[in-house]
Amino acid sequence: MMQDSTTIQDETGGAETTRAPLVRIESVTKRFGDVTAVDGVTLDIGEGEFFALLGPSGCGKTTLLRMLAGFENPDHGRILLDGRDIVDVPPHRRPVNMMFQSYALFPHLSVAGNVAFGLKQEALPKSEIEVRVAEMLALVRLEGLGTRKPHQLSGGQRQRVALARALVKRPRLLLLDEPLSALDRKLREETRAELMELQTRLGLTFVVVTHDQDEAMSMAGRIGVMNHGRLVQCDAPAEVYEHPASRWVADFVGDVNLIEAHVVEFRDGEVALETSGGSRFTASAAESLEKGAAVCIAVRPEKVGIGTQSHAGSDNAFAGTVVDIGYLGDVSVHRVRLDNGLMMKATIANRTRSSAPRLARGDRVWIDIPSGSALVLTR
Amino acid sequence: MNAFRPTSTISRQPRSSGRSLGNWLVILVPALWLVAFFAVPFLTVLKLSFSEAALALPPYVPVLDLSEGWTGLRDFVSGLTLDGYRLLFSDQLYWMSYLRSLTIALTSTAILLLIGYPLAYGIARAPRRVQPILMIGIILPFLTAFLIRIYAWMNILQRDGLLNELLLALGIVSTPPVWISTDPAIYIGMVYTYLPFMVLPLYASLERMDHTLLEAASDLGCPRWKSFWLVTVPLSGPGIVAGSLLCFIPIMGEFVIPDLLGGSHSMMIGQTVWLEFFDNRDWPVASALAIVMLLVLLVPILLYQRLQTREMAAEAAARTPRATAGPAQAGEAP
Repeated sequence: MMQDSTTIQDETGGAETTRAPLVRIESVTKRFGDVTAVDGVTLDIGEGEFFALLGPSGCGKTTLLRMLAGFENPDHGRILLDGRDIVDVPPHRRPVNMMFQSYALFPHLSVAGNVAFGLKQEALPKSEIEVRVAEMLALVRLEGLGTRKPHQLSGGQRQRVALARALVKRPRLLLLDEPLSALDRKLREETRAELMELQTRLGLTFVVVTHDQDEAMSMAGRIGVMNHGRLVQCDAPAEVYEHPASRWVADFVGDVNLIEAHVVEFRDGEVALETSGGSRFTASAAESLEKGAAVCIAVRPEKVGIGTQSHAGSDNAFAGTVVDIGYLGDVSVHRVRLDNGLMMKATIANRTRSSAPRLARGDRVWIDIPSGSALVLTR
Repeated sequence: MNAFRPTSTISRQPRSSGRSLGNWLVILVPALWLVAFFAVPFLTVLKLSFSEAALALPPYVPVLDLSEGWTGLRDFVSGLTLDGYRLLFSDQLYWMSYLRSLTIALTSTAILLLIGYPLAYGIARAPRRVQPILMIGIILPFLTAFLIRIYAWMNILQRDGLLNELLLALGIVSTPPVWISTDPAIYIGMVYTYLPFMVLPLYASLERMDHTLLEAASDLGCPRWKSFWLVTVPLSGPGIVAGSLLCFIPIMGEFVIPDLLGGSHSMMIGQTVWLEFFDNRDWPVASALAIVMLLVLLVPILLYQRLQTREMAAEAAARTPRATAGPAQAGEAP
């Protein structure tokens, strides 16, 4: 009753926010012995969102997911679903379903039996269960395989059974623990697109845990980046990539050149810096920076210009020598040692099929970084 | 079933075609063992069961005398008789013995399952470090000779034995009940002796069970007690069958426990065989009893074997990646 009244207050009081979030995680902490797996995470997930928890292994993302499912209980904090505190609700009473990393299919039940398992717990009439299982098998394109046992299926098919089993109960929230990690690359890309399509079609809320940034970036509407149990950034994929909150995020998500520097002067959104190599560097900065402050310049390799001549009026131009070139098909990654001693990565898109390389190992080149492409990170 | 058949035939082919001398030698050792310790004794007993009891040495006719050549063999064959088996069907004593063995074996197995399952479950769910210690605890009594343990039970179960003293001290009974030479004493002996045979296979199947399956069940709306019946018990099915058969089969033929702890009012088949063999010196009837008993036990033994091969096939199929049907079908997805 108490919780109901707070919900109403939330909805009426918070008129400026369009809708109350489906999931609200409030300063949740979880410890296992001496290890703090999840450390004071606060996070809202809206209805119909495709949310990804991204982080290296051991960062606490799976523990957070397991707390949403109810397999772990937070030591501190609250987890609200539809405005109701669900911390004390056991997993079997939560309107939340999970797709396990190992799929956890029941080996003694057929495909149809696995999908029907959750519905049988609701004591639905047999005819309705049959209809919904058939519907779900059609949705994940496993028609005709209902009588097979899990061990008679391929990895991709098992993944679909696991998905169907989790979806069939029409959960308020679907949790996916590394849903694509067991698939090979080609299948993974297909399944990624299917998951997104399915999520849009069903209008469900998905929370996916992954250590694969490509997966998170391509599927999710919003990414929560986690490290050492903390939520270090929570934004749209492009924001996380273009405006990382810290050097750790910049380094973890995508490739980046990080240059240690300190502030020489700050004026009108432009900051003059001196790099650890002793070179001058100008970058645009939104917030005011104190003179002498130690910062880090982050530049994505694809935003680094590379050529045999220096551009007139370039913000930051450095001479250097190509150390090696990594050909990746779509792009080539050039590693350049600057004359001031710094190493710099620059990628060039291979737009034409002409195989003649424009640059070769040992070439003298100019590196050009527009001030707007560089990011000054204070953390 | 059909799904894994293609892969299993493929894997079988190279084995049957390229069998080398080394492979044959490896098979020869168990084959010789089986011939020496199963086939020869079995055939001897089978031959005996078609003989007739006689006051002679050996105490049966006909005796195969190969020194007389063909006539000896012909005399031997013409002397064989089905009288031993006829007697089994005509005298109630034998039927009652079989029935009693069956009753005791079934009841004991049921009790063993009821006690062994929670025991195995508890051990399998105990912290991993403690599990081997608990298993040793189950096996430990085996380090003492079987007969000594049964004599110890005779001591415990006698009128002024440990059990009655305990019951009197606790005030559960006022007059000491009779245990020894009763059916409960037989069951106590059976359960005590065969418990490890029940616990070991049960533990093996429960221990390797994937814990996330229980999480999945609870995620899908299944309360804990229910997921035990819907997931844990079905998945430990092979362990239940293996444990039950490992207990049932030897209990059927058990002789020492009913002889030492049970009463003389009715006999299990093992005791009847003993009676015919040693007291009545009717080797043919004793042999016929043993042969019929073997036929009765053949059913559960074959059942056990079929289950094992099926389980092995399923496991093999689960392990081999299905190169043919799987990815191709998944790839068809538009």
